[in-house]
Order: sequence, then structure tokens, then C-alpha cells
Amino acid sequence: MRTDDLIAMLGTNVEPVNHRRVAQTVSSAIAIGAATSLGLTLVASGVRTDLNAVGAWTFLAVKLGFAVAIVAVGSVHLVRAARPGGERKTPISILTLPFIAMMVLAAISIAYAPSSHWSRMVVGDQWLECLVSIPVIAVMPFAAVVWAVRRSAPTSLERAGALAGLVAGGLSAVGYALHCTDDSLPFVALWYGAAVALCALAGAILGPRLLRW
Amino acid sequence: MTSDEVALKALMIAGLEGDSAAHRMFLQRLSGQLRAFYKGKLLRIGRSAAEAEDLVQEALVAVHIQRDTYDPAELLTPWVYAIARYKLIDHLRRTRASLAHVPIDDAKGLLAEDDLVAAESAYDLEKLMAKLPQKMRVAIQCVKLEGLSVAEAAGKCGMSESAVKVNVHRGLRALAALIAREKET
Repeated sequence: MRTDDLIAMLGTNVEPVNHRRVAQTVSSAIAIGAATSLGLTLVASGVRTDLNAVGAWTFLAVKLGFAVAIVAVGSVHLVRAARPGGERKTPISILTLPFIAMMVLAAISIAYAPSSHWSRMVVGDQWLECLVSIPVIAVMPFAAVVWAVRRSAPTSLERAGALAGLVAGGLSAVGYALHCTDDSLPFVALWYGAAVALCALAGAILGPRLLRW
Repeated sequence: MTSDEVALKALMIAGLEGDSAAHRMFLQRLSGQLRAFYKGKLLRIGRSAAEAEDLVQEALVAVHIQRDTYDPAELLTPWVYAIARYKLIDHLRRTRASLAHVPIDDAKGLLAEDDLVAAESAYDLEKLMAKLPQKMRVAIQCVKLEGLSVAEAAGKCGMSESAVKVNVHRGLRALAALIAREKET
């Protein structure tokens, strides 16, 4: 095939395109992911029943804030990483900000607590449930986000995959937060943080296979 | 910025708005730069420059079908370079060569040179087209090869106008995938 013929073919009847499509597709995938994460939590495990307890609403707000911050920062960078060359504009330092902020809050709360409470604050009741539930709930949001990124053209597949995993993990944590009754900042920093990081790692490993174009 | 960036970006943006002539000119100018880029890269890693034309065409198809991923607020050169580099690495992987090191910070090099010797790739468009599902093949045949308008093609093929557009788009994506698969065999 002659290159001139190819150009003539590609350049015939050129349709106008919508350059906002990438952002729109990724946003709708995130909305779908949020819906599946909330739906699965509500149906499978249910919202925590002890919301009358002292401080329960505060901790729910902290957990949701942490998860939403991860999703917000992650999705801005995911839209960039979905475009060719976008990996240059996804500094890892900004993505770790929600985690660092949460760890700082956790450290402060530990510093003010008597040392006899420390192990309970860190380990909580359901650390294993948290560590397993968040990646499991993240599967559907991950599938939705990967579908959206596949319709685009990421040129760093590891990074795009990691961001897809991060956003999916964040979406999953939003759902899990409604169920979780472990109310301590170190618990959230450690186990929520680890579970979401695990999702990002899985995304980075799967990215090159799932996102190739 | 270089005059190439400015001129190419203007053509690209006109193409994004549906200006066929500008889009064709954009691809034409880009092809020369891609050719020089790929020939240089292939020679440097000890491969034949004859493969360059395959890569030029693959990159042109990729640039065309992915053009809605370009954000007009950004520079064009890094976007094009990212696609060109991705296609080169993909090509080397598919043709089972040892993975060459392709530096990431070389975007300036892409638009620095030009090679407008018209050339031919190893791909046979007719054979590739024959492998497409019928609707896609007909849509591409009418709209992209015979140059019928979408409305005319819709009437001729008994499809709705939006079906014609979708089939053209999917068909081009399928062609790109067929080209990639052809290498592995």
C-alpha cells in the first residue's frame, strides 16, 4: 500500500471529532464504578447499623473524605494518562497526597492517645475484612474504568493501569466506608491505604495486558 | 515553539473540526517527519530502514483514529511523538526483536527532520479490507475510498447515516488491529 493512498483514504470525508470525549468516557465509567461499589456494599454487606454511636458520623465523614480525595486526584490524572504522552503530566507525588494527609492525621491521633490504646487503634476489629473487601468491591469499578481507558490511547500502560486501579480502589473504599465500623484514624490510614495501594499495584501489573492498543 | 509545531497544530485543529483538506495536508506533512524519525531509529538499532514505511503507515492510522484523544490546549508535538514511540516499541515487540531503548525525552527530534520520498509498505489494503466484516468494508469503501458523502453512502448501503459513521470508525480500528496481527505471523 502506498502511503499517499493511505493518506488520501484517511483524509477523505473527515468527520469533526469531540476532543472532550476521553474525559466524558472516563467520567461516566467512574460514575458507573461508584454506583456498582455503593450497590454492592448496600446489597452484600449493608450500611453500618451503629450510626447513633458517639463520633460515628465523624469517622464516616473522614473515611468518605479520604476515599473521595483518592478518587478525585486519581481521576484527574487518569484522564491525562489515557491520552498519548499524558504520562508526563501524572506526577506520583500528588497522587500520594491523600495517603500522606491521612497518615499525618493518624500519627497525631496516636500521639494524643495513651499507649495502651495503640494496638487497638491500629489493628481494629476487621482489618482483614477491610483488606479483602476493598479489592473485591473494586473489581467492577476497575472493569468500568479499564473499558473507558481502552477506548483511548494510553502510551504508558503501567501507569494508566495503576491509575485505573487507584481510582477503582478509591471508589470501592467509598462503598466500604458505609459498612466499616472500625472508627480510628490509624486504622483508616493503614488498612484503607494498604487496600487501595494494592488495587493500584494490581492495576499496574494488569495494565500492559488490558490496555494495549 | 518551532514553526512546525505551530503549522502542524493549526492543520490538526482544522482537521478535528472536520476540514478534510487540512487533515490530508496534516497527514502528508506528518508522514515525512515520521519517515525520517523511523528510518533514523531503525538504523540506529541495526534494523532495516525498509520497515520504516510499515511503521509510518501504522502511526498515521493511529494518529487518525486516536485524534479525538488530542487536547487542543496542549502542544501537538509530544502527543504525536508519544504515538510514534508507542508504535515503534509495539512493532519491535511484535516482531520479536530485543527491546531497544527508546528514550522518552526525544520529542524535539521528531519534527526536526523531513523525508518526503513517497513510499510503499508491505501491507496490501485490498487483502486487509477483505478480512473486515461486510458492513465495515462497505462503509469504508463508499466513504473513504470512493469519496461518497455519508448521506450518499447511507442511501447506497441501506444503512442509517450514524451506522455508516460508526462502521467507518470501527472499520479503521479493525484495519489497524489487522495490521498489528499480520506482523506476529
